[in-house]
Amino acid sequence: MASVFEYAPAPESRSVVDIAPSYGLFIDGEFVEAADGKVFKTVSPSTEEVLSEVAQAGAEDVERAVKAARKAFGKWSALPGSERAKYLFRIARIIQERSRELAVLETLDNGKPIKETRDADLPLVAAHFFYYAGWADKLDHAGFGADPKPLGVAGQVIPWNFPLLMLAWKIAPALATGNTVVLKPAETTPLSALFFADICRQAGLPKGVVNILPGYGDAGAALVAHPDVNKVAFTGSTAVGKEIARTVAGTRKKLTLELGGKGANIVFDDAPIDQAVEGIVTGIFFNQGQVCCAGSRLLVQESVQDELLDSLKRRLSTLRLGDPLDKNTDIGAINSAEQLARITALTERGEAEGAERWSPACELPSSGYWFAPTLFTNVTQAHTIARDEIFGPVLSVLTFRTPDEAVAKANNTQYGLSAGIWTEKGSRILAVANKLRAGVVWSNTFNKFDPTSPFGGYKESGFGREGGRHGLEAYLDV
Amino acid sequence: MPTTAPTAHALADVTASDSTLRRFLHGLPGVDAVGLEARAASLGTRSIKTTAKAYAIDLAISMVDLTTLEGADTPGKVRALGAKAVRPDPTDRTTPATAAVCVYPDMVAVAKEAVAGSGVKVASVATAFPAGRAALEVKLADVRDAVAAGADEIDMVIDRGAFLAGKYLKVYDEIVAVKEACGTSARLKVIFETGELSTYDNIRRASWLGMLAGADFIKTSTGKVAVNATPANTLLMLEAVRDFRAQTGVQVGVKPAGGIRTTKDAVKFLVLVNETAGADWLDNHWFRFGASSLLNDLLMQRQKLATGRYSGPDYVTVD
Amino acid sequence: MSDEQRLSVFKTYKLYVGGKFPRSESGRVYEVTARTSAAEAAGKGKWLANAPQSSRKDARDAVVAARKAFGGWSGATAYNRGQVLYRVAEMLEGRREQFVREVADAEGLSKSKAAAVVDAAIDRWVWYAGWTDKIAQVIGGANPVAGPFFNLSSPEPTGVVAVLAPQESSFLGLVSVVAPVIATGNTAVVVASEKAPLPALSLGEVLATSDVPGGVVNILSGRTAEIAAPLAAHQDVNAIDLAGADETLAKELEIAAADNLKRVLRPQAVDYFRTPDTDRMTAFLETKTVWHPTGSLGASGSSY
Repeated sequence: MASVFEYAPAPESRSVVDIAPSYGLFIDGEFVEAADGKVFKTVSPSTEEVLSEVAQAGAEDVERAVKAARKAFGKWSALPGSERAKYLFRIARIIQERSRELAVLETLDNGKPIKETRDADLPLVAAHFFYYAGWADKLDHAGFGADPKPLGVAGQVIPWNFPLLMLAWKIAPALATGNTVVLKPAETTPLSALFFADICRQAGLPKGVVNILPGYGDAGAALVAHPDVNKVAFTGSTAVGKEIARTVAGTRKKLTLELGGKGANIVFDDAPIDQAVEGIVTGIFFNQGQVCCAGSRLLVQESVQDELLDSLKRRLSTLRLGDPLDKNTDIGAINSAEQLARITALTERGEAEGAERWSPACELPSSGYWFAPTLFTNVTQAHTIARDEIFGPVLSVLTFRTPDEAVAKANNTQYGLSAGIWTEKGSRILAVANKLRAGVVWSNTFNKFDPTSPFGGYKESGFGREGGRHGLEAYLDV
Repeated sequence: MPTTAPTAHALADVTASDSTLRRFLHGLPGVDAVGLEARAASLGTRSIKTTAKAYAIDLAISMVDLTTLEGADTPGKVRALGAKAVRPDPTDRTTPATAAVCVYPDMVAVAKEAVAGSGVKVASVATAFPAGRAALEVKLADVRDAVAAGADEIDMVIDRGAFLAGKYLKVYDEIVAVKEACGTSARLKVIFETGELSTYDNIRRASWLGMLAGADFIKTSTGKVAVNATPANTLLMLEAVRDFRAQTGVQVGVKPAGGIRTTKDAVKFLVLVNETAGADWLDNHWFRFGASSLLNDLLMQRQKLATGRYSGPDYVTVD
Repeated sequence: MSDEQRLSVFKTYKLYVGGKFPRSESGRVYEVTARTSAAEAAGKGKWLANAPQSSRKDARDAVVAARKAFGGWSGATAYNRGQVLYRVAEMLEGRREQFVREVADAEGLSKSKAAAVVDAAIDRWVWYAGWTDKIAQVIGGANPVAGPFFNLSSPEPTGVVAVLAPQESSFLGLVSVVAPVIATGNTAVVVASEKAPLPALSLGEVLATSDVPGGVVNILSGRTAEIAAPLAAHQDVNAIDLAGADETLAKELEIAAADNLKRVLRPQAVDYFRTPDTDRMTAFLETKTVWHPTGSLGASGSSY
């Protein structure tokens, strides 16, 4: 009789990354302490181990950083595009060289599996810089008129789910177009942004062009509100996004927002079923579901529901949850205790409202923040778990009978970031895609990203696009 | 555990006519090539270390159909192969034997003698291997000849021309006839030559066709064309045997053949088996590697694990 | 030890075909001399090297190599091609001094002027590296046809391009005509400047160590007219850039090229120091338009 093929632990070496006991803010090319001397700890969510102590930016630090960025703006924006391009190419190359180190760092600070940081986050980060590097001297060709101008100082606030990738999405187009930036990483994941500061140093980037301010929401609010900031870019929750929109109202600040989502993954009865199962898994369990464009609502045609759910459950049973540094881990840790509490509360609500909960047999580590992959069936449009963004590894399964109904249900949300369509019929893909009110529609695939491809939402998922030629517009005075 | 005992299962009526068979095969879910290949590649990134690696190497050795299929095969060559199959590493008796040796029909008797008493099976490629371009009677004679000589397993090739022309029932009937010629003593492996079927949809259809016709194993390729076993086509066939058992209760084996040369490759295939069909297939009764040079690489890796230093080709036997 | 005491090692300049460095199959070479003003006044420059004098068979071999490489190169992702072109710039930067010397000799320039030429050539690779994954976004796009159809036009490389490199600008001009051809996925058979082929032949050595797959760029030296004629008439060449042809030769070649309707880029006056436009890329791109029905959601029609 067959025996069991147990994979021995295969941890990626931690020794490739050297985390200092403390880090400062990065302002005007120097690491400095916060004006009020405040610091905060950043922990590894998989173990709760303290990784480092980081200076916590306040309003005065925002002032200093914006000033530095303003001072650097003149020279930086006056450089020929081809010279700015070469700085960004240098950064892209250094990221490629240091990518394993950064992948391990990101996994430690964020809790996501090394498989993802190594094979998804880091390659995309480098590619994003490489792509926008090439635009720096080609802005005349971008379709925004001859010689489009930068805006000035960009204030950027990014989330914790893809710390370095979100940094790349913000900084690469900003620098390529000649802006200077002040960026605030999330309080639970400040480290990769600080390592990026060191990469800027290695690349010889002029002082003040990039400033990094680790800190909490108050620092973000001060940055967004600062009168000498010309451009605000935010990725995060819809609630904070609305607050920012109110803050910049009546100013001349250009604003782009990339907010929450409740993506529908629509599976028709003629779907390539095995690949659809993979797509559903990728859609909701990639990065523990802490993805704004996650396919958190599975809309399956009623006639194939049983078959699909059987396959899906079987597949979920093979997911490997545990040490994020293990190369065979599919599901890592939830980023923070706070996020874990939110996921827990919403799933409890799902059960209370009568949805049927299922998880594969799955042992959770005793320390750290963990949540088992979870699937809810018997969910309807009226359930909270079908409407609210959970931002965790929780899939709500709904059914539909006809394409019309699928589209109606998919669109029946305040969000409009992403959607998926699974069918072997090309015309159905295009017809459904036409009707979906979502900024990114994946057909027969899910959660695919590329620097050349614009990303962003409809409705309360925000506005503006990041990536591609379209992504330049947010940083040009056009 | 269900064993191979086809015939009257849930799907018996789909083979009633050419049109029902066609409708059934074309009604199977489509395969998205990009998604399939991405899944295979992602399983290929599994990192198999230490104890898991030792387990995988021994399992892989035990699954090898050690193969020689050359026009220049001689009794001497086949005897050497048999000896190697029985005792792959003469310096280490804990090394498992391979599953089988795989030879042309006229070499079955020699092979049988070479592995006598060891438990190593003799497989033979019959049915006008590798092209399969001969009359059915000739193919059946080829099979009967091999079985009569003592073959434990028959590796047949399907009529790819008929398959590509859409004559599914002809392909089916031929497999049924060969299965009959195998009798009760020989297990039947059905080779699709996936490189010639070209599309993944075709490979899925061929898999079901073969299983419906009573295949004990479905096998990717002859090793004689440009594209042989790949992680993606093997993954697809593993999905097929998994789904077939779920529907009919009948378990069918899988044999990727050709192009698997390194331990790293073999371990990747075992991961595919483990995470697709499942642990029930992690046994040489249900999974095989059609290979020749793979064995020596497995042996060198095995020596590396045992001694801690890298081995070299001078420390494994040349056959 | 001073230079006089040590005898330097000469480099044998060879062709670059299919990723290898063959001599001309004809066994011929021709003398390449330095172009300094003093030398020109004296009527003959200092001997630099014997360059291979390619034959029509060398041209034929180069086309075979370019065709063989086309599938892989055009099928590579645009991102990958961009990385490879950028790698060329990186490798050139490391051999900057060598090229400054060769360009100074080849074009009779001062060290500083030659350095400016080489720097511009390196930056030109960087410029085109950035274009590989952007040109489709600039010249392609969705077409709003009046009907229930999805309609998308995208550029595709035309195939094997014969490139007659500029005669005067032996390096910056060369890079400026070769990079745009390969950036978009074409493969090239390049005929180097006849009088000043050495920087081109050295570029082959850079390409060979820059992750550029063998056969993507093939470099021939010799008599432009002799090599260009079979290339212009070759039925397996899809396009020709006549930058290095004079008016008479250009006309002859364009007539020959008409036989299989090669895409032809005529010679024009170019200041190679200026940032180029996209025309050298678009000259060797086809546009493919794909139609696909979008249909409606269901037979009953939708009001959503």
